[in-house]
Amino acid sequence: MSIKLITALTAMSPIAVQAQSQFNLTQGVTDISQRVYDLHMTIFYICCVIGVIVFGAMFWSMIRHRKSKGRKPATFHESVKVEIAWTVVPFLILIGMAIPATSTLIAMEDSSEADVTILVTGSQWKWHYKYFENDVEFFSLLATQRQQIENKLEKGENYLLEVDRPLVIPTDRKVRFLITSDDVIHSWWVPDFAVKKDANPGFINESWTQVNEPGIYRGQCAELCGKDHGFMPVVVIAKEPAEYDAWIAEQEAAQRQAKEEEQRLLAMSMDMDELMDLGEQVYLGNCAACHQGNGEGVPGVFPALKGSPMALNDMEAHIDIVVNGKSGTSMQAFGNQLSLRELAAVITYERNAWGNDTGETVQASDVNEFMNQ
Amino acid sequence: MSTVVGEMDQHDDHHHHAPSGLTRWLFTTNHKDIGSMYLWFSFIMFLVGGSMAMVIRAELFQPGLQLVDPHFFNQMTTVHGLIMVFGAVMPAFTGLANWMIPMMIGAPDMALPRMNNWSFWILPFAFAILLASLFMEGGGPAFGWTFYAPLSTTYSSDSTALFVFSVHIMGISSIMGAINVIVTIMNMRAPGMTYMKMPLFVWSWFITAFLLIAVMPVLAGAVTMVLTDKYFGTSFFDAAGGGDPVMFQHIFWFFGHPEVYIMILPSFGIVSAIIPAFARKPLFGYASMVYATAAIAGLSFLVWAHHMFTTGMPVFAELFFMYCTMLISVPTGVKVFNWVATMWRGSITFETPMLFALAFVILFTIGGFSGLMLAITPVDFQYHDTYFVVAHFHYVLVSGAIFSIMAAAYYWLPKWTGHMYDEGLAKLHFWASLISVNVLFFPMHFAGLAGMPRRIPDYSLQFADINQIVSIGGFAFGLSQLIFLWVVIKCVKGGEKAPAKPWEGADGLEWTVPSPAPYHTFDTPPKGFDKPPEVK
Amino acid sequence: MSAQQGKPDNTRIIRRLLLTVIGMFAFGFALVPLYDVFCDITGFNGRFTDGQAAANTKAVDTSRTVNVQFITRVNQGMPWGFEPEVRSVRIHPGETKVVNFLANNPTGSDMVAQAIPSVAPGEASLYLNKVECFCFNQQPLAAGTKTAMPMQFYLDPEIPDHIHTVTLSYTMYDMTENATPDALAAFVQPAN
Repeated sequence: MSIKLITALTAMSPIAVQAQSQFNLTQGVTDISQRVYDLHMTIFYICCVIGVIVFGAMFWSMIRHRKSKGRKPATFHESVKVEIAWTVVPFLILIGMAIPATSTLIAMEDSSEADVTILVTGSQWKWHYKYFENDVEFFSLLATQRQQIENKLEKGENYLLEVDRPLVIPTDRKVRFLITSDDVIHSWWVPDFAVKKDANPGFINESWTQVNEPGIYRGQCAELCGKDHGFMPVVVIAKEPAEYDAWIAEQEAAQRQAKEEEQRLLAMSMDMDELMDLGEQVYLGNCAACHQGNGEGVPGVFPALKGSPMALNDMEAHIDIVVNGKSGTSMQAFGNQLSLRELAAVITYERNAWGNDTGETVQASDVNEFMNQ
Repeated sequence: MSTVVGEMDQHDDHHHHAPSGLTRWLFTTNHKDIGSMYLWFSFIMFLVGGSMAMVIRAELFQPGLQLVDPHFFNQMTTVHGLIMVFGAVMPAFTGLANWMIPMMIGAPDMALPRMNNWSFWILPFAFAILLASLFMEGGGPAFGWTFYAPLSTTYSSDSTALFVFSVHIMGISSIMGAINVIVTIMNMRAPGMTYMKMPLFVWSWFITAFLLIAVMPVLAGAVTMVLTDKYFGTSFFDAAGGGDPVMFQHIFWFFGHPEVYIMILPSFGIVSAIIPAFARKPLFGYASMVYATAAIAGLSFLVWAHHMFTTGMPVFAELFFMYCTMLISVPTGVKVFNWVATMWRGSITFETPMLFALAFVILFTIGGFSGLMLAITPVDFQYHDTYFVVAHFHYVLVSGAIFSIMAAAYYWLPKWTGHMYDEGLAKLHFWASLISVNVLFFPMHFAGLAGMPRRIPDYSLQFADINQIVSIGGFAFGLSQLIFLWVVIKCVKGGEKAPAKPWEGADGLEWTVPSPAPYHTFDTPPKGFDKPPEVK
Repeated sequence: MSAQQGKPDNTRIIRRLLLTVIGMFAFGFALVPLYDVFCDITGFNGRFTDGQAAANTKAVDTSRTVNVQFITRVNQGMPWGFEPEVRSVRIHPGETKVVNFLANNPTGSDMVAQAIPSVAPGEASLYLNKVECFCFNQQPLAAGTKTAMPMQFYLDPEIPDHIHTVTLSYTMYDMTENATPDALAAFVQPAN
């Protein structure tokens, strides 16, 4: 009853309404996020009331009980009754808070069967989504241009909250997220769903949501995960179920096609200029965050590629580390993140840029051969 | 350090017992000298850690990357946290303990004076190592002061070894300090001063020291495991070898939660001394204050996992940690109510120590409210790792712990230096700090609720206005602390002569000795205690 | 400034406090096995000691089915292919099932790997019993070869009704550097 009253008060208070997006927790677009918001406001108002009483008493005595007003101090210094009262009353208030908190928490742990299962994998510094029931998977990277971050271009409306490929989920269906990580701990957070769950390497966590309204919802990684922790946003598009079904079928077909296309293109070789152009794009999108745009890396953390013996001599080792990554370091396996052409191009680029003038080209077929030797 | 030593030297020269020169400070076993060194050291660290905060706030002044790269930004947040926790707040309390506990219980010195010298002098080395690691190839620690594995193990730079070594030294220093406090309090109280007649500052430190003994070794264990995971092939926190990164968080927060109470319990003691002094009225509920402090300390061992609700725990565990955490607000509330009842119908004056103590009560309570909100698991999923958390712990640590340290400094400066501080300047310091600290931390609540994660060097545009205000508050708060430095130096160098008891309503043994306190006090123990000083 | 009364007492208190310090340091390390025990009992974090279970002796509960999903992952720097033969199976609690996992080593060198399991929801790990599993041991795989690795399991019929879906994830880690003699022996025999 009290909760309803307070919620009603919130709705009426113009400040609260106006404040919603900018200064307060979002109400979100799921039943759970709404309950979380209501709980938040309830506890907040209880704290405000206690605050007004306690600080009120304090300011009263600060104003009235001053020496400059000629007050003589009282001498009382204990009262068992009063002490018991202000131990018991807060305890009762706490019980009042714990009841809605417990029921919300239990509602969050609903383990009824889900309609869609999505495996969410964090890695430095991107998210990977894999639809469990369909052959669809992709990486989702920050889409904000480097120049905007470096203040060389005007910042867009969704600065740092935009990705190249957002996650798509259906509305009105229960979506279950299985969350894990490839390297350090990340945390997948979408405020509008009230879902925040850590991605722990080697372990899977689960969470779920059921979105009521179609729309685009944005969040961020919430656990410090290294250098570009601030640059791995989450973007989720919720579509009507029919639209979602069409989308997923389309994606499934497109991903199958892309694989076939790739095999067909193996025979085609690219010339140095093509490889270098594509390679530079891929490098800036995937490698420059650590190895830096100039290939010099960050001493002691991310090795330099410029002048590196591997990039100058050992081509097989070079392909290996790009395709498979290096365990126990931040170097990821790009074999399943990039197409064969992109892999070939970026390796060629690394072997010929910044004065690494080996003159060697690597073709998609070379990478393919390495991967299936 | 050397200029500081010089100044202290001049002023102390007229105590004929004290040896002079650099060796006095190197080899001193005098609790007052060691207390002064701790306090100066912590103030220097406060400025060092504060300048790192200024770097952070300057970078966050506007969206986009302007001043530092993200890797260095992470080093700043990490080292700022470590320095403020282990270098500023904890040594400041140890300094106050050194100066005041022997004088408050009528003892001639700390029980273990030579160990006291050691526990101070290893600290500068610990922080020199930590700060030096910033200049290593690959930079200093960049994984947050909580150093979660595997970011701090497999994925960290080689400065981690230095970080581990320096945390070990800080831990040893704290443990030695805590042992000294416990032995001093147990064995060196003046005859007749039973436990329930001790000043509350002594009580709160007594309990804090036990917390230190209990959890600093656990921290030592955690950093040791990080070290062996990184360099010696163990896999405590690596799933590949049968470990678990979440276990690191359990071990860390088993230390970490009592640690945050280590940084606030002595504040309770300070405020419990100051409020009755300036309200000229006995402290309300002395015994319940003692029990509440002990209850808070005890509960602190049962709530660690409230820092990890999002790691994926079973519901029963989440409920258990939520209930225990909420329960802490009961004894904490009792303390706040007692302070308000102490002021009620008193005869209040508002000298600077009182102003800081009153600000402490209000702002710490605000931090307590946000703490209660954070305890509620379902809502914590939204608050966790956002600026709401940053706002919360800065309210309890800056406007809580640090304000209480400022209050203590102003309260006891006349006793330490023999001069009254400049009340006008001190009030300026107070009002500047009070206003700027709220401009600095209050808007952070809104940034966090609106969804700004912590530990990010750049943010989306909707947070731009809030961050600009916060940064301005930050610079203002930083500059305000230079006024404090000025006040202290001025007070050390001279000023109005302070009487033995400069505060009309103050009570306790420290006010029975002249100001400045002679080099040796209570060579013969005082007698005649019927009540704790706060209740007289 | 001699420490006054109770000097002899000091050593006793100091000794006790130092013992506490040492004890708490040891306790920090004792948390490691304690955590494992705690996880085994509660299914905390979907983590459990992966041991061989006895075959099911309880009656199969044919009144309901549970959806068991399989997820396979390889660690960074691990070049193996690793996939379940089926994505998911629907089984009755108590019913024993064999699922094959396919692994291939595309590299030119012999390798040894270890699969590390994790279960969601964590509670379900208490009821998932593996009679036979490739994850009990390190798995050797010679250069350029493939293998099918079986896992035989059942769900304890006492699995709570509210669990409808169990996800079992395996992450494959390269253990060539830390291979056990047993695993390495696989590479020696064909040569003889």
